[in-house]
Amino acid sequence: MALKMVKGSIDRMFDKNLQDLVRGIRNHKEDEAKFISACIDEIKHELKQDNIAVKANAVCKLTYLQMLGYDVSWAAFNIIEVMSSSKFTFKRIGYLAASQCFHEGTDVIMLTTNQIRKDLSSPNQYDTGVALTGLSCFVTPDLARDLANDIMTLMSHTKPYIRKKAVLIMYKVFLKYPESLRPAFPRLKEKLEDPDPGVQSAAVNVICELARRNPKNYLSLAPLFFKLMTSSTNNWVLIKIIKLFGALTPLEPRLGKKLIEPLTNLIHSTSAMSLLYECVNTVIAVLISLSSGMPNHSASIQLCVQKLRILIEDSDQNLKYLGLLAMSKILKTHPKSVQSHKDLILQCLDDKDESIRLRALDLLYGMVSKKNLMEIVKKLMIHVDKAEGTTYRDELLTKIIDICSQSNYQYITNFEWYISILVELTRLEGTRHGHLIASQMLDVAIRVKAIRSFAVSQMAMLLDNAHLLAGNTQRNGICEVLYAAAWICGEFSEHLEEPMQTLEAVLRPKVTTLPGHIQAVYVQNAVKLFATVLARQEGAGDRQAAQETTELLIEKLPQFVQSSDLEVQERASCILQLIKYIQKLQAKEVSVSEEVSALFSGELNPVAPKAQKKVPIPDGLDLDSWINKPLRETESEDEKPRAIFHEEEPQHSRPRLPEIDEKELAKRREVRKQEQASNPFYIKSSPSPQKCYQETANVDHIPVVQIDLTVPLKVPGMPMSDQYVKLEEDRRQKQKQDKKKDKKKKKEKEKKRGKGRRLDSAHTESEEDIAPAQSVDIMTEEMPENALPSDEDDKDPNDPYRALDIDLDKPLVDSDKLPVRTHRPTEGLKSPDPMMGVEEQGEKKSSKKIKKDKERKKSKEEKKKKKHRKSASGKEVEEEGQVEKPAPPAAESESTAPPAAPPTEDSDLDFWLSSASVPSQSQPELVDPAPSSEPEEPKDEEEREESKSSKHKKKKHRKEKEEKSKKKKKQHQDEGAAESVQNGTLEEEEEPLPPMSNYSLLAENSDIKMVCDIQGNLQDGSQVVVSVIFENKGSSFLKSMEFNVMDSLNTKLVRPEGASVHDGIAVPFQLPPGVSNEARFVFTVQSIIMPQKLKGTLTFIVKTEDGSSHEKLDFKLLFTCTSYLITTPCYSDAFAKLLESGELKMNCLKLEGITMPFHHLLAKICFHHHFSVVERIDSCSSMYSRSIQGHHVCLLVKTGDKSVSIDAKCDEPTLLSNVLDEIKLTFAVTC
Amino acid sequence: MIKSILIFNNHGKPRLIRFYQFFPEDMQQQIIRETFHLVSKRDDNVCNFLEGGSLIGGSDYKLIYRHYATLYFVFCVDSCESELGILDLIQVFVETLDKCFENVCELDLIFHVDKVHYILQQVVMGGMVLETNMNEIVAQVENQNRLEKSEGGLSAAPARAVSAVKNMNLPEIPRNINIGDINIKVPNLSPFV
Repeated sequence: MALKMVKGSIDRMFDKNLQDLVRGIRNHKEDEAKFISACIDEIKHELKQDNIAVKANAVCKLTYLQMLGYDVSWAAFNIIEVMSSSKFTFKRIGYLAASQCFHEGTDVIMLTTNQIRKDLSSPNQYDTGVALTGLSCFVTPDLARDLANDIMTLMSHTKPYIRKKAVLIMYKVFLKYPESLRPAFPRLKEKLEDPDPGVQSAAVNVICELARRNPKNYLSLAPLFFKLMTSSTNNWVLIKIIKLFGALTPLEPRLGKKLIEPLTNLIHSTSAMSLLYECVNTVIAVLISLSSGMPNHSASIQLCVQKLRILIEDSDQNLKYLGLLAMSKILKTHPKSVQSHKDLILQCLDDKDESIRLRALDLLYGMVSKKNLMEIVKKLMIHVDKAEGTTYRDELLTKIIDICSQSNYQYITNFEWYISILVELTRLEGTRHGHLIASQMLDVAIRVKAIRSFAVSQMAMLLDNAHLLAGNTQRNGICEVLYAAAWICGEFSEHLEEPMQTLEAVLRPKVTTLPGHIQAVYVQNAVKLFATVLARQEGAGDRQAAQETTELLIEKLPQFVQSSDLEVQERASCILQLIKYIQKLQAKEVSVSEEVSALFSGELNPVAPKAQKKVPIPDGLDLDSWINKPLRETESEDEKPRAIFHEEEPQHSRPRLPEIDEKELAKRREVRKQEQASNPFYIKSSPSPQKCYQETANVDHIPVVQIDLTVPLKVPGMPMSDQYVKLEEDRRQKQKQDKKKDKKKKKEKEKKRGKGRRLDSAHTESEEDIAPAQSVDIMTEEMPENALPSDEDDKDPNDPYRALDIDLDKPLVDSDKLPVRTHRPTEGLKSPDPMMGVEEQGEKKSSKKIKKDKERKKSKEEKKKKKHRKSASGKEVEEEGQVEKPAPPAAESESTAPPAAPPTEDSDLDFWLSSASVPSQSQPELVDPAPSSEPEEPKDEEEREESKSSKHKKKKHRKEKEEKSKKKKKQHQDEGAAESVQNGTLEEEEEPLPPMSNYSLLAENSDIKMVCDIQGNLQDGSQVVVSVIFENKGSSFLKSMEFNVMDSLNTKLVRPEGASVHDGIAVPFQLPPGVSNEARFVFTVQSIIMPQKLKGTLTFIVKTEDGSSHEKLDFKLLFTCTSYLITTPCYSDAFAKLLESGELKMNCLKLEGITMPFHHLLAKICFHHHFSVVERIDSCSSMYSRSIQGHHVCLLVKTGDKSVSIDAKCDEPTLLSNVLDEIKLTFAVTC
Repeated sequence: MIKSILIFNNHGKPRLIRFYQFFPEDMQQQIIRETFHLVSKRDDNVCNFLEGGSLIGGSDYKLIYRHYATLYFVFCVDSCESELGILDLIQVFVETLDKCFENVCELDLIFHVDKVHYILQQVVMGGMVLETNMNEIVAQVENQNRLEKSEGGLSAAPARAVSAVKNMNLPEIPRNINIGDINIKVPNLSPFV
């Protein structure tokens, strides 16, 4: 053994370590790959050894090789081995390697779960830290689900180092396992006020990441963040918070008002440029949110723009960049303010720094007007010519198109100019955006009717010079333009001056080298052209020429019939047959042009891209059911696929050629088959198109196409866009003069211009109203009738952050819990994995853990704060006079809150936003909102009035407020005293809604106190959940707690499978001194109509310095009938129906000597007895609740002079009388 | 969120790569090449922000980098991070390296990439900024180094001795080469936190 060890270490002496590896690689510059592959062999050998140090060394080297681009995933298992080493040194190496190369697809990752869990609970904080760091890089949905609870626990670790890591990693867990967000959120929120600044910063970080994606869910945290902002000195935290506020202000303009002052203070006080910039940014966001719709704020926007101008003019390029970035935010809402700085921005376009140029480009988008569009685009075109990198040039190209096409070509006054710009852009080599130019061409040609003849002539030119564009089809995206050109020439061929020439251009042999989809369009449009040519020739009475044209097509089409592209082939053979038929007709001296043209008659209208989706499904239409028996092969014969435009009318409704009968078709098919058979080159997997064309039947007749390779890049005859700039100026001059004329002769205003030019008749003198030369047709019927207005489709269903759009203000319910590891006895035994064999102690214990328990711990401080806030909100509700539902202070315990809670949260925020707020004082105000009414400045008062004036009259409001605040102060003192007994059953009698708790004392001794709350289980009609909070009152450590009750026939504790009825259930945590935590136990009940009492015992071990002792505590668990009720909202109409049904039994109750306000009374019933208010009219209210077994309980509560009468109805009389007794008891205790 | 952190030298050789989103190895190398290509052609007096890395992220992401002597430190971040904040963070990171390695130079990063990773882990975790306080970072790094030392380290004494022997045969010992201005100059900026 010893010998082996010695041998091992001697072997090790000759192992390479990382440094040796690096050195070796540097010394083998010539044959690096060879050297490394030798090293990898060595590493493989090392990984096979038993010595963990050797393995770790090998893994360390692999991590380095991974950086050089070598795939090391084959060593994943070895990495896990190293991760599971007990030594920190090796563990760290293992986790580092794992974080570099593990990902969701790594299959061995599932083996790590137990190892990671073990490391997370390691006593050494650095083991835990390393595991957390590693996990943050490769967490998978499975790992997230299995470990969420462990990480939750770590968020309350004693070491801040671990806490902050645990908090950060929660974000990754949320992303992978969104269900964990709600249960974990309360604790995350708690961490915002962690004493350690690092932890605080981490929590801010996580919440900011969450809020950025779904800001509205986090609006209620605004007060807390506001407090942090005014108190924190950590710039990182401040930046994050300020950025977050930037995202929140658009949702809540009142927040903006509160923010302005502290932000301004920060701007003046901070020396950190980063913080300053973010402040400015958020101020801008605030101003934007405030000024939308308020003209008087544009002055401050102007000021911001001025300041940004200073940034942009700064010599520091970073500031210049950021200034432009911020400017673009203003641009979105206040384009006019930015437009005045056009000079500066155009100047930035010449900057040597590409980043800055790109930013400036972005800004240009919003700066164009009818007046300056041509000028700006001209500048950009110059840049396009100068630009060296394709990326920047492509960016310029898209920007030009964006700028011109924005809001339906609003700024284009002359479309001839635009078409020529597009044509000029086609000369860019190697751009990726050919399709973009193409779609613009199509769009303009279709929408602007007047431009068609010009467009067609330009496109014909493009087709004629196609060889310039299609030079290198493989890489060159620009040939997409030919798609548009061919389509436009075909569709609007009536505008062509020489359709014959274009037809020939379309049928050139070179076309067959274009991509398939373009060829298909060529073929299709060749027929359209043919139709036009035919019409003209026949119109001129030149039958000879018409026949020659037909001949030409028959000659040329076979080259497409033999295309390798299916689409091209299909279309070409269809059309070839058609033409052959036409030829026959022509031979019989029949004039065919009319019928051929009829094939393509009718307008094509643009259809919005989402139009199809928006057609509402008519009633009774089931799209999933078969109309006919499913066909074996679906063939849609007469569907001509068009990539971009859909015909408005279905194709078969168009007039067709005289029907070709079945026989004829069969005959033709036969002919074609023969032709193919006799063609030696007809091979199924069609040969290269060029070859085919050379071998087609009548080689001699093909006219030789002149390919002029020396054609200059500037195609002769192509108009340069520049000349339009000049023309346009002239036009405008003329227009102006016209206008003057118009004034004199009002009637003589239209149709003075040449073709296609149209003047708008509405005149104003403003320069902005330059009438466009052509009008854009934006069809209203682009969307189907009664299209459903929905914005849903803007959301990406695959967005991972969408899953995190979760309402966090809703109280937690039973289903919101993190899965807690339960014992799976077979698993541990069946996988005798060397690393997982070591099951830690905790795991053994876990066999007794119940699934449903959830850890929850709350600092007292937090409770205190909440209570204050709640009571404040209670007051607010009262003040606002909008008490529809009394708002019980729900959040006292998340699990017990009735659904009335969310409005409370809202009004909480409302209150914070509307109240008080001398921002500098707002820090104390959070804790104590009461003094707000006194030091108020008149301005603030006004502001509040603004928001509330509809609800209140000013004077009354103020008076009330003062009164309340006095009472309030008193109450605060009282509350301080009452704090210590807060968890008990007590109810304080206070004027505003007193804090209430459903937790009642279960048992107590010097070591421990137990309070409990019982809730019906929503999911299961026979279960109730008992949540018990254990509080360690003593100074010693409590552990091994076991909870047990004596089951009755009716009510039984749910124990894990295999446990006997006398076994207790282990409480899944230990309690350090002074700590409290909550566990949940599930009971099954059979009958719920009677209250039940169960005896139980808690056994536990008290661990002191000098030893430990077993203790026990007996208790009686009371299941009231109330605890079987579940707060269920009910609408008044449903409620009325229920009462009318006559199935309910009646009972009543009268309470005397009730002095509390009616809404307090209702709140109490709601809160303690799980009712919800259906309707409230003055001093009368109807309430509703449902039992877990579906009994309806309806109450009608009326209040008279110091007495309250409750009429009740329920389908189970016993249950009802018990509930009423309990209600009576509640008020007996408190009154 | 930070999507990736890349450190490479003036020739595009990677010195540390850290992706917080999975990319296969060949893609990683491609990203490094592209990023290097983008960054290296920029003058030293232009801004430190860069858009348009097509491989990594989309329009929401930008590259924020600093160039120190022979090394580029490039962070790819989304719009949730403050641009200037990240610049400061890079500064903090480099200053931390300077403290931990005592006058850090490229060779430290070449031979001790693992250590650089461990330092980085104290600054950024899973793409989120963990700590910005340099003293805290250095303290945690030192604690962990001490822990490692107490365990005997990866290459205990004998291996180190052998490695020293091996070194003697080498024609050059990197530390002693005079490569001119290879030391990373840490300019004195105002401390961030």
